[in-house]
Amino acid sequence: MNIIVCIKQVPNTTDVRIDPVTNTLIRDGVESVINPFDAYAIEEAVRLKERCGGKVTAVTMGPPQAETALKEAIGLGCDEAVLVSDRKFAGSDTWATSYTLACAIEKLEAYDVIICGKQASDGDTAQVGPGISTHLDIPQVTYVKKIVEINDKSARVERMTEEGYDVVEVPLPCLFTVVKEINTPRMPSLKGMMRAKSAKIAKWTAADLDADPAALGLDGSPTRVVKIFTPEARKGGEMISGSTDEVAKELVELLKGEVV
Amino acid sequence: MDYLLTESQIMIRDLARKIAQEKIKPVAAQYDESEEFAWPIMKVLAESDLFGVYLPEQYGGLGGGILDMCLVTEELSRACGGIALGYAGTGLGTLPILLHGSEEQKKKYLPDIASGKRLAAFCITEAEAGSDAGSIKTTARKEGNKYILNGTKQWITNAGEAEIYTVIALTDKAKGVRGASAFIVEKGTKGMEFGKKEKKMGIRASATREVIFTDCEVPAENLISREGMGFIVAMKTLDTSRPGVAAQAVGIAQGALDCALDYSRTRVQFGAPISSFQAIQHMLADMGTQVEAARALAYSVARLVDSGAKSVSKESAMAKLFASDVAMKVAVDAVQIMGGYGYMRDYPAEKFMRDAKITQIYEGTNQIQRNVIAANMIKETLKK
Repeated sequence: MNIIVCIKQVPNTTDVRIDPVTNTLIRDGVESVINPFDAYAIEEAVRLKERCGGKVTAVTMGPPQAETALKEAIGLGCDEAVLVSDRKFAGSDTWATSYTLACAIEKLEAYDVIICGKQASDGDTAQVGPGISTHLDIPQVTYVKKIVEINDKSARVERMTEEGYDVVEVPLPCLFTVVKEINTPRMPSLKGMMRAKSAKIAKWTAADLDADPAALGLDGSPTRVVKIFTPEARKGGEMISGSTDEVAKELVELLKGEVV
Repeated sequence: MDYLLTESQIMIRDLARKIAQEKIKPVAAQYDESEEFAWPIMKVLAESDLFGVYLPEQYGGLGGGILDMCLVTEELSRACGGIALGYAGTGLGTLPILLHGSEEQKKKYLPDIASGKRLAAFCITEAEAGSDAGSIKTTARKEGNKYILNGTKQWITNAGEAEIYTVIALTDKAKGVRGASAFIVEKGTKGMEFGKKEKKMGIRASATREVIFTDCEVPAENLISREGMGFIVAMKTLDTSRPGVAAQAVGIAQGALDCALDYSRTRVQFGAPISSFQAIQHMLADMGTQVEAARALAYSVARLVDSGAKSVSKESAMAKLFASDVAMKVAVDAVQIMGGYGYMRDYPAEKFMRDAKITQIYEGTNQIQRNVIAANMIKETLKK
């Protein structure tokens, strides 16, 4: 089974600050880590490989330093890794990013399953995984919490919902985004880390992809971030005390005084 | 302090630290209380390849040495000295095979130990043979192509949990210690049983039991080295493993110091954090200096062992003696700095103090270490 896992390198979320002027993340001095949700995607991909055989290829789009995230992925059990990196990709929104990743995935050999974390801890959009499957025109199941059954034709998975879960059967190839309930990621292994140290990471630029140049980067991005701001903290509520009747009366008066 | 570790040693230390802080620290108190053996943690250590750091690559290890093992033991002990002992005790049980085993024995046992699939244990101590290890009574009688073992080993670390036991027994009672031999006995061998689990002051996540042999038949090929070499195998094993006890002690001391230092910065009395008081500062300074000195000695002796030095008895005794005395003192001081909080079982300081005590006792009491050190010093002057 050929498994692809898409990951993103993000600033360590325990220490995120926003520049109040430019509304962008302050990356200086902040450690970069694999997006926490992607760690579950890597673990599930490696478990699938252990269950069904095959190999896992980790793919990321990002600046050159994102190579460390891919090496870490190899240390965690991925077999190969591709870094998709080019200045032409700068400013990509989720649409352009998922298009670029889809182009890279099409360049890889035939795949059975693509796994992504449900969302990235910096952007929190949860759009790139579904975007990739849309560009590739394959089925997607988001918020997967368990892969119950899988063979080379189809999979049956449990998909988390607010009230419980759906059981979904899906033909392969397909894309899953996974939630943290799906597994407990393993610790890296020394042998994996040694392998990662000497592993060669494939590096692809825009020229390596069969992509429409107009659909890449900022120019290929239909959305713009207009403003990021911290909402004002809500004022504390008002406590009304007294007997039930008194409280009800006072509440009605208060509500009348407002717009209601 | 920078100990000029290699790139792979730094990787090993950092991974052991990550596992200790993320996986062991949160459960240390719970295992201390329940006295259960921490199998889930052993599994994590196994999957991370830490059991193989000091074993040769041809047997599935990573090709490092005792220093690599010490780095792991220290980091694990910094979170829990008891859980760390599942790891370190396996090292002790493995050394007789690594140091004196035949090629066949190494091929058969080391890969499973390196992968963490099976734990090991070393069995020498008996009810009447502690410091006086020469007075063991367990016997191994040769019959055809097997040995028949009889006797009871006491206070065996990892007993019942481990699957590979290296056992010292007398093949020739008349010859005393020169009649001792070392054997590999696998768990499940008929005639091998375990006694009840001992209740201990500290290192309570570690399993300690009797190992009882009653007409236990062991294949002759499980003899390590030759008949009569048992005591030499045991002494060489202990010389090699003592830097590991030193590392455990350094880890416990560092863990206790970490608690005390954190506490002193947040505990406010007389309107200021107690870390601003000279009385506390001087205690912390002494503790920090002692821990670093113990670490420096432990690493130096581990390097000496790894260099292939012929005799390391004196030096490894020094490392074990010094580091374990430091661990006890630093842990007592950590409790003192934390006052009433230090004495409460809701905080980890008192556990470090209970765990520290054993390092002054096992693998040779510190009084025995002093005997070894002095005997070697005197022997050296006679050679001149």
